[in-house]
Amino acid sequence: MKVDRRSFLGLGIGAVAGIAVSPMGMKLTDDSSIWTQNWPWTPVPVDGEVTYESSVCSLCPGSCGISIRKIDGRPVKIEGLAEYPVNYGGACLHGIAGLQYLYDPARVKTPLKKNGDKFEEISWDDAIAIIAGKLADIRKSNSPEKLACIVDKEQGSVSGLFKRLLKTFGSPNFYTMPSLESYLELTAEALHGEGQTIAFDLENASFVLSFGAGIIEGWGSPVNCFKANASRKERKAKLYQIEPRLSNTAANADKWIPIKPGTEADLALGICAVILEKKLFDSTATTNFKGGLNKFGALLQKDYTPSKTAEITGVKASDIEKIATLFAKAKMPVAVFGKGRGDGAQSLKELAAVHTLNCLVGNINKKGGAFVQPKFKYLEFADEVMDSIADKGFAKTKTGNYVNQLIEKLNASSQPVVEALFVYNANPCHSLHDPKTIKQAIGKIPFVVNFSSFLDETAMEADIILPSHTFIERLEDVPSSAGLAKSVVGLTKPVIEPVFNTKNPGDAIILIAKALEGNVAQSFEWETYEECLEGMAGEIWDSLSEDGFAIISEEVPSESVPVNISFLANNPATVQAQGDFELTLIPIDNMRLISAGVSVSPFAIKTVSDKVLKGKDIVVDINPLTARGFKDGDYAMLTTPKGTVTVILSMNEGIMPGVIGMVEGLGHTFDNKYVSNKGINVNDLIGPVIESGSGLDAAFGIKAKISKA
Amino acid sequence: MKQENNKAHKFGMVIDLDKCTGCGSCMVSCMSENNVPFKEDESNKKDSITWMRVYKLTNGKSFPDTEIVYMPRPCQHCGGKGDHGHSPCVSVCPATATDYGYDTGIVSQIYTRCFGCRYCMGACPYHARYFNWWDPEWPAGMENYLSPNVSPRMRGVVEKCSLCYHRYQAARDQAYAEGNKDEIAEENYQTACTTACPAGAIVFGDLNNPAHQVHQIVKPDPHPDPRNKHIVGKSRNPKVFRLLERLGTNPKIYYLSEREWVRKAGDNYLDGEWDKIKNHHGSESHG
Repeated sequence: MKVDRRSFLGLGIGAVAGIAVSPMGMKLTDDSSIWTQNWPWTPVPVDGEVTYESSVCSLCPGSCGISIRKIDGRPVKIEGLAEYPVNYGGACLHGIAGLQYLYDPARVKTPLKKNGDKFEEISWDDAIAIIAGKLADIRKSNSPEKLACIVDKEQGSVSGLFKRLLKTFGSPNFYTMPSLESYLELTAEALHGEGQTIAFDLENASFVLSFGAGIIEGWGSPVNCFKANASRKERKAKLYQIEPRLSNTAANADKWIPIKPGTEADLALGICAVILEKKLFDSTATTNFKGGLNKFGALLQKDYTPSKTAEITGVKASDIEKIATLFAKAKMPVAVFGKGRGDGAQSLKELAAVHTLNCLVGNINKKGGAFVQPKFKYLEFADEVMDSIADKGFAKTKTGNYVNQLIEKLNASSQPVVEALFVYNANPCHSLHDPKTIKQAIGKIPFVVNFSSFLDETAMEADIILPSHTFIERLEDVPSSAGLAKSVVGLTKPVIEPVFNTKNPGDAIILIAKALEGNVAQSFEWETYEECLEGMAGEIWDSLSEDGFAIISEEVPSESVPVNISFLANNPATVQAQGDFELTLIPIDNMRLISAGVSVSPFAIKTVSDKVLKGKDIVVDINPLTARGFKDGDYAMLTTPKGTVTVILSMNEGIMPGVIGMVEGLGHTFDNKYVSNKGINVNDLIGPVIESGSGLDAAFGIKAKISKA
Repeated sequence: MKQENNKAHKFGMVIDLDKCTGCGSCMVSCMSENNVPFKEDESNKKDSITWMRVYKLTNGKSFPDTEIVYMPRPCQHCGGKGDHGHSPCVSVCPATATDYGYDTGIVSQIYTRCFGCRYCMGACPYHARYFNWWDPEWPAGMENYLSPNVSPRMRGVVEKCSLCYHRYQAARDQAYAEGNKDEIAEENYQTACTTACPAGAIVFGDLNNPAHQVHQIVKPDPHPDPRNKHIVGKSRNPKVFRLLERLGTNPKIYYLSEREWVRKAGDNYLDGEWDKIKNHHGSESHG
């Protein structure tokens, strides 16, 4: 057939008209939209009755009340609890994302036992039997003090049970990880005597002088601090933030005072000097001073004049005088310490120097000031049953005062100083400086038991892992701490049946104690942890179980407290950053990441800026003046005495020249692709520097250099 | 009084940027409330689905005069030119998958209608819309926390902030059940970001209801802007501004800051232009 022009056009027009009137096109579009959306694997959540349960979040020491919305019995959402006397509604991103921890890919689903390089699943009975067997051997060899234990905090019943187990076993080697609470107690001990702690009344203070405390970076009880900070606007209160980098707190403050990293103690002493020199101090408050106020004053007038302090700190002498006057003349001033979240390395000199400002202006135990009071107690443990081995072992001296000293002893000795180690709610192999040496030390311990919910860096080093319920699945008392002005205890309640074969750590300890028999078992005569907690909580149990919390005290303490200035009067040296490179690398605490304890959730890491983490690479803050020859976003090699890593440079005008800021809480290596193997753990690049006199690891940063990648 | 109750709602919020700390609670609360998925790498922010995103702004000055402010950005729920409901995205959607609610002022997104042309994403001046390039995937067991109140989205559709519309529905149902037909109590309908904010920086409510806090802070001008009749509801509070206000998109998300540079950052200005208009707030008769 011949196709002429006429039939060609006719056919073409016919086809166009045919397609236009045919329902085919519409049908195909419709089908494609149905087809693009009908994915059988897209979940359809089951509907049902909506209920709410109240509990307390125990992810961090902040201890916020939470309300958990359940649909058809499944928890679907965590929100802040409006009537809880710490956070009053509102919650931080980590608490809100709490349900993700239930199904975290890195959760330990059943007890594990290490076999060579791998973990194998074992039953709870077998795990307890193995642990009891090993511990019995240690006891038989008459060295019960070689059982050590590292937990996250001192307060609370679970820590109390660990401590009790160690004591009745015969070991004084109970350690807590560094935390703001532990630093508050140390500072109080150095200045006011043992058994005391410090709290800050930020909700009422009219002038907050913060020495790097990340008040909105997760310092203290985070949501409580957020609220206190937000109410500044209405209260017309001022916040002056002293730190080398324009953190969120500094950005939100009324004034940011950049300071050379690690010289905060010197600035605090310089301000003390001005207050003494200009007689701006409270004369009734100074009558409480002992241990050589005159000697202290003389030292300050000699070494900490405004001009000398300016030289050390980089803060102008006129500014130092201005700050001192503003602080001393404010109605309710308070000076706050604990750089970043306050749980990293700190020096006692700095803590004491800052707190001395509070003592000098007489705002101790006054509204809007600093509260110094005995650590609050709300649990009553029955006396332990001790036998001769326990008595003898427990009377021995502790291997070290702090975890870092224990690690040092372990690494220095060829003989095992510790035969067995318990770790609970702590991840020293990630959150302390130089994790390599910590892994090495823990590797030297023949038997390590970890009570972790997640297979984190420290759990990887364990011989046995006894998996714990997460805070959504467990019962536990949660005392407020971390500098909160009032003393509140909350009750975390299980809102879902355990997802995996895990136990409440309290129950796990009771099982171990019972398996040990003798005086240890006699000291743990409870059937369950719940029974134990109810008994120990005594008279506050009713209010704990009914209201979800008990307020132990919320009054301003009335006693005046003595101030012992001898530690500072002896002129302790300021800890210097390790190394001799030109720049200083400092750790940055970021609210959207977690530096201690658990890792972040997938939701939280999703919120992290691409100026912090880009792909798998970490981004560091650097002032353009320091990074001459580099452009924003360039790769560079960052070298410290501890090693060299590749980083991306972010040109940031909000950081002092000469300083590099690297975020804390990245560089996890466990099996959770959403949060692990991203960035670098800043602690890998920083080694501990021990402060003489206190024995604390006080390394705030380390010397560093950058070079072309 | 009856008249007042039958009036259409106009839900909106005002965010105090001086209080915002950039903590990210609003972002996570939103993701958790609305079944927003996550993937292995979320550092490419162009494909990272965040209905609520917190931006970081700086004043551009060098050390030590630098300042930072954080700006949470949900969907702006534009009323379009003259506030007639012709939002930029609604106007371009060929599938009527996004629509303007004249009773609430909320711009909806109907996932099952969307076929993924992404015109709306191009039209949105605020980058508030996100495309599902991949199917959502949850680690084993994690789909147990998904809420039935918001349907999980599938590959190939656009999603965005709905001002927690399901919470509005629940509040409306409650009001009906209690016999107060159109009256929804302020505290009964609050978005997930508002309730989560630990700093109390977000205030949400009905901009049409003088009893609501958001109305009292914003004081929306009932008359069109005399300089540009397309702009309606301009705030009569000198500290309050909207993003790219002069486009006439009429967003229902307002921002509040004491700092002038922050307010200036809400739009693009030619040299000298800002000084001419910075003190102009609302129509003359209500100045």
